[in-house]
Amino acid sequence: MTSFNALIVVALGYVVFLFGIAFFVERRAANGHSNWLTSPWIYTLSLSIYCTAWTFYGAVGYAARSGLEFVTIYLGPTLVMVGWWWILRRLVRIGRAQRITSIADLVSSRFGKSTQLGMIVTVISVIAGTPYIALQLQSVTLSFAVFAQSEGVSWDQPDFVVTAMWVAVGLAVFTVIFGTRNLDVNERHHGVVIAIAVEAVVKLLALVAVGVFVVWGIAGGPGEMLNRIDQSEIVLWNQDSGRWVSLIFLSGAAFLCLPRMFQVLVVENADERHLHIASWAFPLYLFMMSLFVVPIAVIGLDLLPAGSNPDLFVLTVPLSEGRDGLAVLSFLGGFSSATSMVIVATIALATMVSNHIVMPVWLSLRPNQQAVMSGDVRHVILLARRLSVAGILTLGFLYYRMSGGGTALAAIGLISFTGAVQILPAMIGGLFWRGATGVGAAAGLITGLIIWMWTLFLPSFGVDAVISQAVLEEGLYGLSWLRPQALFGITGLDPLVHGILWSMLLNTAMFVLCSLLTFPAPLERLQGAQFVNIFEHSTAAPAWSGAATGAEDLLIMAQRIMGSKEAQALFAQEAERQGKIGYLPEVTPDFIEQLERVLSGSVGAATAHAMIGQLIGGSSVSVEDLIAVADEAAQILEYSNRLEAKSQEQERTARALRAANDKLTALSIQKDAFLSQISHELRTPMTSIRSFSDILREGEMSEEEQDRYASIIHDEAVRLTRLLDDLLDLSVLENGQVELREQEGRLADLLDRAVRAAGTHDGVLDVKRDPACEQIVLSTDLDRLTQVFINLISNARKYCDADQPELHIQVSEDNKGYLVDFIDNGSGIDLEDQELIFEKFSRVADGSKAGGAGLGLAICREVMHRLGGDVTYVPRREGAVFRVRLPLVTAAAALEET
Amino acid sequence: MSPKVPQPVFLQRTSYRQRRLRDAAKLVPFLGIVLLAIPMAWTSGDADEKIGSSGLIYVFGVWVVLIVLTAILSGLMRADPSLSAKDTTE
Repeated sequence: MTSFNALIVVALGYVVFLFGIAFFVERRAANGHSNWLTSPWIYTLSLSIYCTAWTFYGAVGYAARSGLEFVTIYLGPTLVMVGWWWILRRLVRIGRAQRITSIADLVSSRFGKSTQLGMIVTVISVIAGTPYIALQLQSVTLSFAVFAQSEGVSWDQPDFVVTAMWVAVGLAVFTVIFGTRNLDVNERHHGVVIAIAVEAVVKLLALVAVGVFVVWGIAGGPGEMLNRIDQSEIVLWNQDSGRWVSLIFLSGAAFLCLPRMFQVLVVENADERHLHIASWAFPLYLFMMSLFVVPIAVIGLDLLPAGSNPDLFVLTVPLSEGRDGLAVLSFLGGFSSATSMVIVATIALATMVSNHIVMPVWLSLRPNQQAVMSGDVRHVILLARRLSVAGILTLGFLYYRMSGGGTALAAIGLISFTGAVQILPAMIGGLFWRGATGVGAAAGLITGLIIWMWTLFLPSFGVDAVISQAVLEEGLYGLSWLRPQALFGITGLDPLVHGILWSMLLNTAMFVLCSLLTFPAPLERLQGAQFVNIFEHSTAAPAWSGAATGAEDLLIMAQRIMGSKEAQALFAQEAERQGKIGYLPEVTPDFIEQLERVLSGSVGAATAHAMIGQLIGGSSVSVEDLIAVADEAAQILEYSNRLEAKSQEQERTARALRAANDKLTALSIQKDAFLSQISHELRTPMTSIRSFSDILREGEMSEEEQDRYASIIHDEAVRLTRLLDDLLDLSVLENGQVELREQEGRLADLLDRAVRAAGTHDGVLDVKRDPACEQIVLSTDLDRLTQVFINLISNARKYCDADQPELHIQVSEDNKGYLVDFIDNGSGIDLEDQELIFEKFSRVADGSKAGGAGLGLAICREVMHRLGGDVTYVPRREGAVFRVRLPLVTAAAALEET
Repeated sequence: MSPKVPQPVFLQRTSYRQRRLRDAAKLVPFLGIVLLAIPMAWTSGDADEKIGSSGLIYVFGVWVVLIVLTAILSGLMRADPSLSAKDTTE
C-alpha cells in the first residue's frame, strides 16, 4: 500500500514539475523560442481542459448510473469540432481580428463594445462557473480521502475542508504566477498552456492505463469484456430520448460558451490552421477518454462491494486489485484534470471580472483623463486580476463548504453547463445575424439567467435550502404556472430537460424579439457588420479621427497598461514605419486603431475603447466603415452611380460629336461659299478681258476705241493681279508664314504715307488729323502697319456716303496702350453687318462700287494680330469708327520717347 | 467596403475540388447528427440485452466514422496550399 504521505510527496512533486515546466517554457518563450508552443498538437491538447475531474472520475459514475448517456457530454463537442467550418472558424477569425480576450469581451465587442453586456456575461459566467470549481475541489479532496481510507484513516468533515482549502490556495498561487504575470498582448499564457498540455497527456494516459488494465488485466480481452457488459446489471440505454438530444445540444453549446473553453479555443489560438488538426484530433482525444468508461464501470460494479461510490471507481478498482502504481497514476490523472480546469477557468473568469467589472467601475470613478493619465493602470489591472483569481477560488471553496461536498454537488455539472449556455443565443446571433442588437442580447441573457436560476440553479441546493418544498410544489405565491420544475404547467419533463428547454426558448425569443424592435447604435451596427462579414473584411473596426491628442499622452497611457518597454517599442516601431526619427509617431487614425486593438488585448475591447475615448474625446466612424455598415445599399448606389456616370459620359460624347459635326458642316458650307466666291471674283475680270480681247482681235475699229478697250483689259488684269496678291497675302498671313521686319518710325510719318497712298489727293475725302498726338515712336513692321492704315483710309474714301466726306484720325491712350481711331461722318455699318465685315469676301456695300474683293479688312485683322495688336469696329451713333490698337511693345517704346 | 470582386463562374478543376471538399466538411456534422439520432428509436422494451454492448459499439463506431471522415477531409484541405492563403469566401 502506498502510504498517504508518499502520495502527498508524489502530488507535491508533480506540482513542482508543473511549476518547473511552466517556468522553463515562459523563459524560452520570452527569449523567442516559442515556435513549437504554437503547434496544432499543443492546441489540441490544451482543449482537453474540457475533460475535467468530473469527466475523469464522474464519467464512470455517470455510466454506472445512467449507462450510455454519459457519452452525450463528449458527443456534443465532437459535433462542434467536426463542424468547425461553421462556427469555430468564424469565432477564431473574429477573435484574432478583434483581439478578443474572453467570451464576455466577444459579446460586448459585437454589440458596440457595450460595458453592460460585458458585465452581464461576466456575472452569468461567474455564477455558472463557481459550482464547477467547487466540484473540482471536491473531486481532488475525495481522491485524497480514498488513499487515506485505504490506509485505514477515516476522514472527517474538517479534513476535507482543510484539504480543499490547501488545494485552492495552491491553485491560486499557480494561477497568479503563470496566469497573471503580465498583461500579455493576446492573453496567451505559454507557461499555463504547456502545463495544461502535459496534464492532458497525463490524464489520458492514466485513464487509458486503467482501462487497459481493466479490459485485458481483469476481464481478459475485448470479447470477454463485451460479454461482461451484456451480463452486467448496468442499463446502457434508457428510453428518455429527450435527455439524449438535450444533453448532446447542451454539451456542444457549453463547449463554445464556457469561459474556459472559449479561452483555449479562441483566445489562446495562435493560428487558424490549427483547427484543421484539432477538428479530428480533439474528437479522437474525447473518444479515447470515453472508450474505457463503460468497462471500468461494469468491472467496478462487479468487483467492489455494493454501495461503493461509482464516481471513484477509477481509483478504487486498481487499489482493490493491489495495483498501487496504477492507482497513483490514476490519482495524478484526476488531479491533473481538476487543476488544469480550475487554472484556465480562473484565468478566464478573472480576465472577465477585471476587464468588464473592475475596470469599468474604476474608470467611471475617475472621470476624464485622470483615469488614464494618473496612477499606474497596469498595476491596477494586474492587481484586479490577481484579486479576481483569489476571489473566484474563494467563491468556489465557499460553495464547496456550503454544499457540504455531498452528492448534490455531483449533479451541478450539467446545471452549470446550462447556465453557461445562456450566452449561446447572443453569441451565435451576433455571429450570423446583422440585425441582432445589444438590447436584444441583454434581454435574452437576463431572461435566460433568471429562468436558469429559478428552474435549475436554486433548486439544485436541495429542497428547502433556497426554495421551499411549498414553492416547489405550489409555485411562487401559489401560482402553479411558476413552479420551478413545471413552468407554465408543463409537467412530466425531466427537470434538466425542462430547464434547458424553457431557458433556451425564452432566452432566444427575447433576444430575437427585442432585436427586431430596437434600433442599434452606429458602433453596434459597425461591429455587427464586421462580425457577420468577417471573411469579407477582416481588417477591423472603429476608426478614430480628429486626433486631438498628442502622441505623448497616448504613450503615457499605453505605458501604464502595457509596460514602458513594450509601449515604447510599439511607438518607436510605428514612428519608424512613418519614417520619423524618435519615439513619437504621428497620431494617425490607423495608429490609434492599432493601439486600441493592442490595448484591448490587455484590458478588453470596451475598456480600451473607453480609455482611448477619454483621451481622444469622442469616437467617430470613417466613411469606409459607414459604407461597410450600409453594405448592400452602398453596392446598389455604387452600381447606379456607375451607370449614371457612364450614361453621362455617353451624353457628353454625343454632344461633342454633334458639335464637331455642326462645325464640319459649317466649314464645308464656308468652303463652298469661298470657292464660289473666288471663282466669281476671278471670272468677272476674266470675262471682260476675254470679250474685249475678242473685239480687239476682230479689228475694224478706230484707234481711239482700240486704246479704250486695251486700257479696260489692262485695268481688269490689274484688278485680277491685285485679287490674287490679296489672296496670297491672306493665305500667308493665316498660315503664320509671314516674316515681320521690325523697324522704328514715327506714327505721324506712317499716317502721312498712308493718307498719300490712299489717293486722297483728289480732294474727295477730307482727312483731319491732330499732329500733336501723333508724335509717337513705334518699333514694329512699319510697312505692314501702313498697309492697314491705307486700307482703312481708302475704305473710308470708297464707302463714306456723306455729302462732304470727312475722316478724323484720332490717337489716344488707355491703360493697355495706344489707340488710333479712324472716324468718318458717313452712315456707318448696320448692326447685323458689323460681325461680318472682317470676314473674307464680305462686302457690305455694292461690289461694283467698291471694286475690291472684300479681302481688305480680313487682311487688316490678320496683320494686326500678327503684330500683336487688333483692329475692331466701334459702334457709334453716326459714322463708322475703326479702332486700331497698336502693339504693346511699341507703346512702351513711345513712353520712353516722351 | 471594397467592391466585390466578381467570382468566376467556372473554376479550375483543383479549386472546384476544394470547394466540394469544403461542402463535404460542412456536411459532416449533419451526418453525425443523423447517425446519433438513431439511438432514439431504440426501445429498452422487453429484451434488455438487445441494447447492450451492441449499442455501445454502434455509438463508438459512429464516433470513429466522424473522426476518420474529418481527418481525411481536413488533411486534403490542408494539403492544398492555395486554400489557406485564399479561403476567404465560400
